[in-house]
Amino acid sequence: MATTEVHRAIEAVFRIEQARLIASLARMVRDIDRAQELAQDALLIALGEWPRTGIPDRPGAWLMAAAKRRAIDGLRRDKMLARKHEVFARESEEASDSAIAEIEARMDDDVGDELLGLVFTACHPVLSGEARAALTLRLIAGLTTEEIARAFLSNAVTIAQRIVRAKKTIACAGLAFEVPRGAELEARLRSVLEVIYLIFNEGYAATAGEDLIRPSLCAEAQRLGRMLAARMPEAAELFGLLGLMEIQASRLTARIAADGSAISLTGQNRARWDQSAIRRGLAALARAEDLGGADGFYALQAALAACHARARSVGDTDWRRIATLYDRLRAVAPSPVIDLNRAVAYSMAYGPEVGLALVDEIAEAAALRNYAPLPAARGDFLFRAGRLAEARRQFEAAAGLSQNARERAFLLERAIACG
Amino acid sequence: MRVVVFVKATEDSEQGILPSTELLEAMGKYNEELANAGIMLDGDGLKPTSQAKRVAFDGASRAVIDGPFAETRELVAGFWLWEVKDMDEAVAWVKRCPNPMPGPSEIEIRPIYEMADFAENLSPAAAEIHDRTRDKLSGA
Repeated sequence: MATTEVHRAIEAVFRIEQARLIASLARMVRDIDRAQELAQDALLIALGEWPRTGIPDRPGAWLMAAAKRRAIDGLRRDKMLARKHEVFARESEEASDSAIAEIEARMDDDVGDELLGLVFTACHPVLSGEARAALTLRLIAGLTTEEIARAFLSNAVTIAQRIVRAKKTIACAGLAFEVPRGAELEARLRSVLEVIYLIFNEGYAATAGEDLIRPSLCAEAQRLGRMLAARMPEAAELFGLLGLMEIQASRLTARIAADGSAISLTGQNRARWDQSAIRRGLAALARAEDLGGADGFYALQAALAACHARARSVGDTDWRRIATLYDRLRAVAPSPVIDLNRAVAYSMAYGPEVGLALVDEIAEAAALRNYAPLPAARGDFLFRAGRLAEARRQFEAAAGLSQNARERAFLLERAIACG
Repeated sequence: MRVVVFVKATEDSEQGILPSTELLEAMGKYNEELANAGIMLDGDGLKPTSQAKRVAFDGASRAVIDGPFAETRELVAGFWLWEVKDMDEAVAWVKRCPNPMPGPSEIEIRPIYEMADFAENLSPAAAEIHDRTRDKLSGA
């Protein structure tokens, strides 16, 4: 094999191992920066040795051993330096001895899955959602700062600063890189799921022609979700989220028209939905329900997505079930936007007048002020009820509020169709 | 990207010789690793082609051919569906697989076409024709 080929093979192995490596090291030295440095050192050592020796049978263990040796060497060097400065010698010598002992103890202490500990730390609620997402993509998914910046339509400096600050916050809070237990676990898991869904949605929002790294965020989020699911087989909400992401991802290709514009759910060619993704999604949702999580925030949304996934045509959609699911979702997560979607579902299940009555109840909500989908929905109800002049005013109002050129054009077309 | 990973058949697999306990255990561990890494979407082992059928197409005719089929090295004995970052990662994972057969064997990695693969070659007009054809084929 040519050298570059060997290097590529080594780098691929490193990418597979790096999250676990950083996770173990971070727990050991309680410092993410140092853990990343040690992992990089291990890579450099591997790049030096493996082309000669071949890739070892257990490359992860090999890299870990190399990184640990570096960690201990570093501490010994610190100790030597301290000895030279005699004033502090005694105190710091004792300190570094105990630091080495402590780290060696942590090396032997098997806490189960360290990767999970790192995920929970990177997604700790002390950090903002954006910081959690950036740090998770950097540490767990192994994306570079530059890639994360491109993925989030930001610049590398901003993302780098965000990651540095997040690491500082984690250090100051003295987080232990462990999986929380008992009552804390549920709240902390919620924070992890939020991050995964945020990453997924960022990918889902990508439009045609954008940097390809953006849509790949969907796959990254799903991969993170699957990694977690393999380790937390009892976490109902996690399976709800997996199901939701699978079913939404099943429509990734079908939702974009040849000219790059978005196609609404009802307009999509259902033959293009990825049936294997739907099957996986339904299985994950069933698991969430079996675990008693049917009324979870994500499981309910997955159940909603599943109603559409199961319908072979728009006409087959079970709108009554969708309306009921929105009742339950609204009980779990009250929000005017969910209420609006609920009104749409009710209008489809029970007629436009029912939709109009429900939308009147929520029209004053502050969150819906200047929210284009509100007049758009109302316009649709009025149109279907045959009240064309009123419908047109609503579509025009919606077009005036829309931030999106394609959506605006669509709404104006609907206004014109009212005559 | 998604890849299908084919475990190629051997004389043993074609004779329906089942994997040993040790191999089953090693494969189980390997599958667990794949799941832990979040890359495995699907996977299964296939029965030998003595239980398979082929349908040969020629114009309007359809001829059914019963297995077993001769060209053992070209046959498939099992598959996985993986979601990986690139081919390098897929290769690195395949190298970790225990040898799936008692003797020498091969595993083949085939990337699945994704939307982006067509993006450069497909003008919007061509894409629309393509879509329309697909619509007709699918009866939508």
